[in-house]
This record gives sequence, C-alpha cells and structure tokens, in this order.
Amino acid sequence: MNPPATNPAAQAAAAGAPSTTGSTATRVLGVISLVGIAAVAVFGLLISPPDAELGETIRILYLHVPTVSSAYLAFVVTAVASVAYLWKRTEFWDLLAASSAEIGVLFFALTIFDGMMWGKVTWGVFWRWEPRLVTTTVLLLTYIGYLVVRSIPSDPRTRGTLSAAIGIMAVVNIPITHKAVDWWRGLHQGGTVLGTVDPEMSGTQLFSTYLALTVFMVLFVWLLIHRFRVAWLAERAADAGISEAISRRRHEATLGGGSVGGVNP
Amino acid sequence: MDELRRVARAAQLVAAKDLRIERRTKVATAQMLPFALLVLLLFAFALDPDRGVLAEATAGLFWTTVLFTAVLAIQRSFAVELSNGVLDSLRLSGLSVPGIFLGKVAALFVQLAVLEVVLGLGVAVLYDAQLGGWALLVVVALAATTGICAAGAAYGLLAARLRQGSALLPLLLLPLLAPVLIAATRGSDVALGRETGGGWSWAALLGVFAVAYLGLGAALYGPLMDET
Amino acid sequence: MTHHDPPEATQPPTVAMRDVVVLLGRFPALAGFDLEVARGEVVLLSGPNGAGKTTVLRTCAGLAAPVSGEASVLGLDLHTQRSAVRRRVGMVGHASGLYEELSVLENMDFFAGACGASGTEARAALERLGVATRLGDVPVGALSSGQKRRVSFAAMLVRRPELWLLDEPHSGLDQAGRDLVDGLLSEAAGAGATVLFASHELDRAEGVSHRSVVVTAGMAGESGG
Repeated sequence: MNPPATNPAAQAAAAGAPSTTGSTATRVLGVISLVGIAAVAVFGLLISPPDAELGETIRILYLHVPTVSSAYLAFVVTAVASVAYLWKRTEFWDLLAASSAEIGVLFFALTIFDGMMWGKVTWGVFWRWEPRLVTTTVLLLTYIGYLVVRSIPSDPRTRGTLSAAIGIMAVVNIPITHKAVDWWRGLHQGGTVLGTVDPEMSGTQLFSTYLALTVFMVLFVWLLIHRFRVAWLAERAADAGISEAISRRRHEATLGGGSVGGVNP
Repeated sequence: MDELRRVARAAQLVAAKDLRIERRTKVATAQMLPFALLVLLLFAFALDPDRGVLAEATAGLFWTTVLFTAVLAIQRSFAVELSNGVLDSLRLSGLSVPGIFLGKVAALFVQLAVLEVVLGLGVAVLYDAQLGGWALLVVVALAATTGICAAGAAYGLLAARLRQGSALLPLLLLPLLAPVLIAATRGSDVALGRETGGGWSWAALLGVFAVAYLGLGAALYGPLMDET
Repeated sequence: MTHHDPPEATQPPTVAMRDVVVLLGRFPALAGFDLEVARGEVVLLSGPNGAGKTTVLRTCAGLAAPVSGEASVLGLDLHTQRSAVRRRVGMVGHASGLYEELSVLENMDFFAGACGASGTEARAALERLGVATRLGDVPVGALSSGQKRRVSFAAMLVRRPELWLLDEPHSGLDQAGRDLVDGLLSEAAGAGATVLFASHELDRAEGVSHRSVVVTAGMAGESGG
C-alpha cells in the first residue's frame, strides 16, 4: 500500500528539518527592514522639521501611517488568501491567510498604541471616545476573533474553512466601517485627523512618511515569510504524528486485534 | 431560472420550518422578549432617567438591545440545526444551499421584526420617546435588521460548527455589526428629529451592509456547511 | 478480498475506494481502506466498535472528506464532487436526523419537499415503514427510539436514493421492525438501489446481505459470501 499523500512531506520535514526559517531572500529583506527602520528614526526624529499645525506630534505620524497601512494590507492579503483557499483547498493559502492575519493584528495593535500616544500629547488623555479610535479597536476585535477561531483545536480543513469565511467577511466590513466613521465624525467634529497624509506636507516630512511606508511594507513581507514558514513547519510536525498514527492503526489492523483508542463518531 | 426557483423553494421551506419550530416551542419568544425588555429597564437603572440621558440615548439603547437579543435568536436558530444529526440530513437533503441561508435569514428577520415592534412600544412608553419620521425610521429598521440577520446567519452557522463555538458568537458577530449599530442609531436619531442631516445616507449605508452580507453569506454557506 | 462477480459487469462500481485515508481531527479513522461495491449489491460491514464502519458510511455519503486515496461513489469523485454525491445517496445514522420539535408529518413533508417528492409519497413511505397514521401529528421528540428510526428510514426512502447507507439499521427496533428492515433490504436490489450497511447482529445481517466485509482498525479485512 502506498503511504498517504501527507507522508513524504512529513518525513522530509522530519528528516531534513531546517533549523531556521531564514533564507537568502529573508536575510536581504531583514537587513533592508532594519536599516530602513534606523533611517526612518533618523529622518522622523532628527532631520524633518516639526509641523506648523501638529507640532512635534507629527513624528508619531511616521510610525502611525505605516503601521495602519501595513495592517490593512495584511488583512487584504488574508482575504485574498482566504478566497484562494476556498477555491484551491491547498494548505499554502490557508497558512498564508493565517500568518498575514496574525501580523495584521500586531500592526493594528501598534496602530492603536501609537494613536493613544498621540492622544496623550494632543488631548492630554490616552483614550478619548473618538469614533476612529473606537472603531479601529472594534476592527481589531474582529481579527482577534479570527485568531481565536484558529486556536480552537479542530480538523485542519474545518479550521481553514471557518477562518477563511471570517477572513473574507471581516475585510468587507473595513470600508463600510470607514464610511460610517467618516459621516459620524462629520456630524460632531472637524479637527485634525491623525492618519491622513496631509497634501501640504513639506519635502522632508513627505519623504519621511513615504520612506516609513516603504520600510514597513518590506518589514511586513519579511515577517510574513518567517511566520508562514513557522506555520508550515508546525503543520509538518503535526502531520508526522498523523503518519505515525496511520501506521499504528494499520499495524493494529494486520494484527486483527480490537480497536484500542478507536473512536466511532 | 430553474436555479432561482430552487433557491426560492429552499428558502421558503427552511423559513417556514424555522418559524413553525418557534411557534411550537416559543423558546425565542419566551426568552428574547423578556430579556430585551429587561435590558431596557436595566439601562434605566444604569443611566439616571432624571438627567435626560435616557431620552438622549434612546436610539442607541434600542439598537444595542436589538443586537444583544439578536445573538440569542441566532444561537437558538442554529442550536436547532446542530442537534440530532439534523445538519447531516440538511446536507443530504438536496436543498439549494444559498436557499437554506436565505431561509434562515428570513426566519430570523421575522423574529427580530416582531421584537423591534415590541421594543419600539416599550421605548415609547418607558422612555417617553416621541416616534416620528416614519418613512425613514421604517427603512432604517428594515435595512439594519436585514444586515443583522444576514451576518448573523453566516456567523451563527460558523460558530455552531466549532466546539465551544456558540460562546464565541458574540465575540465574532458583535464587532462585525459595529457599523450597523452606528448607522442605525444615527439614522433613527435623524428620523426622530434628534439630529439633522443625511438620514437617508445612513439608510443607504445599512443597505450596502445588508446586500454585502446577503451575498457573502449565500456564497460562503456551501463551504461552511460542507466541512465536518 | 474474495473474488466477486458484480451483477452488472458493464456498470462502474457504485462504491470504489482504494487506499482511502480519512482523518477525524488528526485521528486516522480510515487508514488505507479498500472497498468495491457493485450496483445492486447489498454489502454488510462488520467489525468491532471503533473500527471505522461509521466513517466508511459517512465518507460514501459525501459527509466526510478523504485526505488521500482513490474514492468514488456512483462514478463521482469523493474528493471533488461530494455535493453531487450527497444529492443521490441516503443515509440512516445513529442520530435521527429529524427535527424533534416538529411532528412526524411535518418532518416528512420538509424532507420530501426538499427533494421534490409529494406529500402522498411521504405518507406512502411512512406506511411502508409501518408508522401508524395516528403518530403523524406527534412531535418526533416524543417518539420512542424505534419509532424515530422508522421515521428516519422513511425520510431516507422518500428521496429514492441510489445508494443506501445504513448504520446499524436493526438497532432499537422491535421484532416486527427488524423484519420490515430485512424486507426492505431484500427488495432494494430489485428497485435498483445498492446497499451498504453496518451491523453487529451478524446472524440476521448475513442473511440479507450478498456478502460481508470485515472492518478492522480503519482497514478492510477478508470478506465472506
């Protein structure tokens, strides 16, 4: 009898399991990210001037704009990978969706954190019932729900399908929520909006913003590749257990014995 | 055309079946309505009525109550499908899967609509709210309820398929319904004359939400029902 | 497996499984299962608890997905065409698969309506299973387990499935009910249906089946005629 499809990959992973998730590509991306972050710090904190309107708080923007943009990018990647998973049913898309969502949650949490920092400086309080801040937190909860669903032990196929459905439904909610907040805020307050790139920005301010954006996109890709590889190895480790269980069950069958540990659903 | 007829037939069978079960057992009616009225009373304790907060926040409290009660209705609606191996029968039944989804949505819609009428009366009596702006109010309520039921029927099945899942339903569903809560509250406020401005654009946003989740739910029900 | 001549050699087998692996979570319920059932056959699955008989039936019904191996039912691939399979097979499992809150007739009308069968056909199926007319308006939840099983059977029959998948069809039934099931099994082949059923009551089951397959620890063992 031929071993099941999961077997060769599992054995390969077990035999020649890489001791690192790094590769030449990720090392290049990693160096770019780290040098880039240092450059963003220099430009954002030292070279660029304070803003006429926002003052020194504009420096938080150089962190805020890229974290929120990478988070949204991550959620879009999750949604696209979720659609691809439901269509192709391959582990690759499932793990890509999950890895991207995890990094998205990280960046989104950072966004809320730096938003609160900005709030402390500008408003004097960390938290204010500002519509964007509140709905951003609610969106974060949506994706925490996604991760919670994935953390519940279940069949990989079930886990993949249910989380893919959430990954698709949640992303559609992002533009709707955005629109709702725009109108809602339009009712109550004008004022400066954190998180939009002001067209009036001067040269170095604009450069710092776009530099930070680019660097964080690279950082996102770097983290995503590593996270994906960890997830893939975790699946191989779990599969190794499965092929062992299959051989054990086959051995049991050839002995013609009972059914120790068997289940009857 | 034939496919459309299959969808409609399945939706009608499932909705009729759900409403018949509810008429027979009255679980939702007996639990949802008292729960919803209780929440209205609790808000009155929490927010001192004398200071006018209650009147100020009527629309928000109304829709918050509807959302919480909807979670109960959705849990009940899918507990029925997940017991006694019924889900397998449903999967083998040959019913159109998008039709099953639409049927679940329709039955939930009827239950929530009844709830909203009762709650509306409750708000009018208990909070002394002046109801008005009927056209906008009704459209906002219809669109918001459709959206809640569409997202709810999708997430209800999803949560029911997880072990310990039904406890997860509020965590999964309520954040998703945040824009509905915002838009329905603001839209109702405009209808009731507490706020000025584009009431109809709120109704339109609710409509977009409802259409988006009706479409997504219908498309995703196949995979959601297929996985064991 | 002993050699067996299918009744209609030109037809593709109704069930064809080769080296099928089915996982429940990460537990291999089937670990390289082989089975071939020809059209019109009545095949008994026997074997100890936990051997994987129920999983074989659920896989054939398109309710559980194989992770590897070749598997087809009625010529449809169980990896990719499960929803098409589900429309053409019927299953009576351990659970009733009925809405306990609804009456017998309401359940029958629902499942008959779902597959386009008429209310008359639903009533005929109930009658065939010996479900008394007076039980029609009783909620399924109030029935005894044997009565429920008869209704589940009727709900399966009304769909006219080409493959019957029965999980211990005799259990919970009284003497008359068991005889009734035996009668249905022996008529099934004539009606063009193929039957795969699991049972522990070997004496009775072997009497109505063309052959039996022993399932042990997720694999098919030797079979008898």
